[in-house]
Amino acid sequence: MEVALKTENIEKYFYDPVKFQVLHNLGFEVKKGEFLTLVGKSGCGKSTLLYILSTMDTGYSGNLYIDNELVSNYSLDRLAKIRNEKIGFVFQFHYLLQEFSCLKNVMIPALKLGNKSKEEIEHLAYEKLSVLGMAEQALKPASKLSGGQQQRVAIARALINDPLIIMGDEPTGNLDSKNTNIVFDIFQELAHNNKQTIIAVTHDNDFARNSDRTIEMQDGKIIN
Amino acid sequence: MAQINSEIAFTYINTNKKLTAVAALGILLGMAIYIFMNSMMAGFGKMSDESIFKVSPQIRIYNDQEISQPIAHDTDKLPILINPKIRNTHNKILNPNQLIALLKNQEKVKIVTPQVTQNVFLSMGMSQLSVKALGIIPDEAEKMFNISQTMVAGKIEDLKHNLNGIVIGSGISEKLSLRVGDNINILSSKSVNKTFKVIGIFQLNNKREDDSKSYINLMAAQQLLKENNSYITDLNVNTIDPYKARDIAPKLSNLLAYKAEDWETANETLMAASKMRKIIITFVSTTILIIAGFGIYNILNMTVSQKINDIAILKAMGFEGKDVVKIFVTQAMVIGFIGVVLGVLVALFMVNILKKVYIGGDIGYFPIQFEPLKFAQGIIFGLAITFLAGYIPAKKAAKVDPVTIFRK
Repeated sequence: MEVALKTENIEKYFYDPVKFQVLHNLGFEVKKGEFLTLVGKSGCGKSTLLYILSTMDTGYSGNLYIDNELVSNYSLDRLAKIRNEKIGFVFQFHYLLQEFSCLKNVMIPALKLGNKSKEEIEHLAYEKLSVLGMAEQALKPASKLSGGQQQRVAIARALINDPLIIMGDEPTGNLDSKNTNIVFDIFQELAHNNKQTIIAVTHDNDFARNSDRTIEMQDGKIIN
Repeated sequence: MAQINSEIAFTYINTNKKLTAVAALGILLGMAIYIFMNSMMAGFGKMSDESIFKVSPQIRIYNDQEISQPIAHDTDKLPILINPKIRNTHNKILNPNQLIALLKNQEKVKIVTPQVTQNVFLSMGMSQLSVKALGIIPDEAEKMFNISQTMVAGKIEDLKHNLNGIVIGSGISEKLSLRVGDNINILSSKSVNKTFKVIGIFQLNNKREDDSKSYINLMAAQQLLKENNSYITDLNVNTIDPYKARDIAPKLSNLLAYKAEDWETANETLMAASKMRKIIITFVSTTILIIAGFGIYNILNMTVSQKINDIAILKAMGFEGKDVVKIFVTQAMVIGFIGVVLGVLVALFMVNILKKVYIGGDIGYFPIQFEPLKFAQGIIFGLAITFLAGYIPAKKAAKVDPVTIFRK
């Protein structure tokens, strides 16, 4: 199986208020089509690690490979392009652009990438929304939707550029059990049918247990 | 790709119509006042220059009196000079006809006319008045000073062939209760006593000039001084562009070996006052425009703070720093553009209204005109300020670290 993401020797320090090592010498691989969850107690460094993997946090030492490309020393602009093309995000607090319609929210990453015409993108966005059962809400402004609905739109947005990796920071943290199950099923299907990689930080033990692989962290180290 | 940036910018503008309107209103007022004040200043400047041109030539060439120079130096290089004083020479210009011909051949020179300036006494019964009598060639002086425009009685043309005619200022006419057709006795510095007939009265609305100035025929002036017809004290020169007179005067001075004084130097006090006025108005109007810029800056700063989550999401989705800058600068420029366009319209409206306001006196209608240069300046300046006011917060937005936002 091909490797989607690989880390070597990742270390990170916080300097405020005192110097403190958050991550200790982390090295692991994630395969394509794998559904990986990161678990651990609050403050164990799992979210910190996720943001490093996402290329948004660049204040670390060690090597990060995405799609077999060493990206650790890339400029911020170059990393932005990689995120746009290869990584999709789902956050705990759904984070849609409130003033735009659902459809526009989903279209924005693709419009930024600029590989397709506007009509194609719109068509694609409808497709993604209907996969998530949100096609009817497409033209409503994001602010008019419930939390679970917004989260589904956010997932559709993460999928629009068919990214290699989809990252979630507590993607179900704010959802009831019914919506949690919906999101879980979607992730599972993406990993197994579309061969897209999922890396999700979670507190939900059921969610973790049902994923393909779980990395458990404690005090900045992988313990399991 | 760039399209999505402006699409986001326009969405922010649309969803924040109130803020946009307030910021645009600020720029509108700043713009309108900037253009209006500068147009007014330009109109004022033109009017005050025109009033100068009515009484003084753009370049006056005359024989300046000199202080006597030391004849020799002693062995220590100290000048030997006893009792320095003004050299007692004639203040006449030698060989004037040749000089006039020479001047007329200079490029940029429009009118050249000779003049004899002297002080005379007008006596009317017991009352005497010291008056400046300018000996002129009426046709040429008319072209230079537009005397006929200031005439309140009589005609300047009548001076042409009349060696006994005099045109006096309105102040003189009041003081000596002279009317057109009255006779007046003139006593010159060379003790020539002659009777003149008032053939015209002018009014410049400049009290000093109206109280002390009179025109007589050039030849009559020469006769009063017991001089022949080559006696000339001043050569008056008008140039094609009055604002170049300052550069031309020294050249003429070198050419003729007489002192050539341009109107800006001759009216130094007036020019200094107008320069002060310019500085103050420029300062005030620019400050107003900059304050309007602060309005945009504030509102954009606020928008950036409000949209900090959006910025973090956009960055997570792969928007670069320069995309974020474009989004907010576009927003600022749209606001600025609306403000500038409306501001120009308001300024045009104000100029048009004021142009029709009658002030009276020697001002007449309010001296303001449509000044394309000032409008262009205002537009460029207004857009530059909006750009800056947008760029600073946009740069701040571009530096937002998405991770710190997501982790809150």
